[in-house]
Amino acid sequence: MPYDPALVRPMREEVTRLGARELHTVADVDNVLANHTGTALVFVNSVCGCAAGNARPALAQALANPVRPSAVFTVFAGQDVDATARARSYFGEYQPSSPSMALMRDGEVVFMMHRHMIEGRDPEAIVADLTAAFEQYCGAPVRD
Amino acid sequence: MSGHVFHPGHHELHGITVVVTTHDNRTLVGRFDHEDARGIHLLDTGIHDPATSSASREDYLRRTLKFGVKPEHPRLIVPAAQVTAITPLREIAIS
Repeated sequence: MPYDPALVRPMREEVTRLGARELHTVADVDNVLANHTGTALVFVNSVCGCAAGNARPALAQALANPVRPSAVFTVFAGQDVDATARARSYFGEYQPSSPSMALMRDGEVVFMMHRHMIEGRDPEAIVADLTAAFEQYCGAPVRD
Repeated sequence: MSGHVFHPGHHELHGITVVVTTHDNRTLVGRFDHEDARGIHLLDTGIHDPATSSASREDYLRRTLKFGVKPEHPRLIVPAAQVTAITPLREIAIS
């Protein structure tokens, strides 16, 4: 059963205030992820204090990096159930977990931060992994 | 362990994705919920059983680290007497 929306609202706002576009429906997801070009980060939000309590601050710090995805989207696991399942359908072989973060480039997942890479770690360690992925995959392409 | 437990009173591994090895050489990967007299309660667990799997344990863990835990069992209880080791998945190093 989903949590009380009033309880979850601050957790949503902690992400949307970073500029992440929240996707509530299957149509929302398809509208932005189908045929998406360029880089995008999909943050699968969660009420789980064990992991999401560190994931959201880490996301905020990582998005302050000069090199970052051109778009940031978020779905909320356990709340927007259909939208979350639809978003995961774009993640290929990657298994579901929440919270998690999928870095996509031209529609393909190029880096996945699973829940097990978040839980029990300090935000700074999570930020380091995220920014390394941003630097690797979100920089300008090298032209001959 | 960094000690980040946001649920006071819970087991220190509560919410952590762990690798559980058993006496019969099965490897279970799931989210540790709690432990009681019945055993260790795991959530969203995947299992590697060398008796039935063509993949080695190392290959199973390598794939799990990259692609995540395949949640074959929403809830599972492992009797404590069967357990030989419990290790957070993030601490597993596969060359």
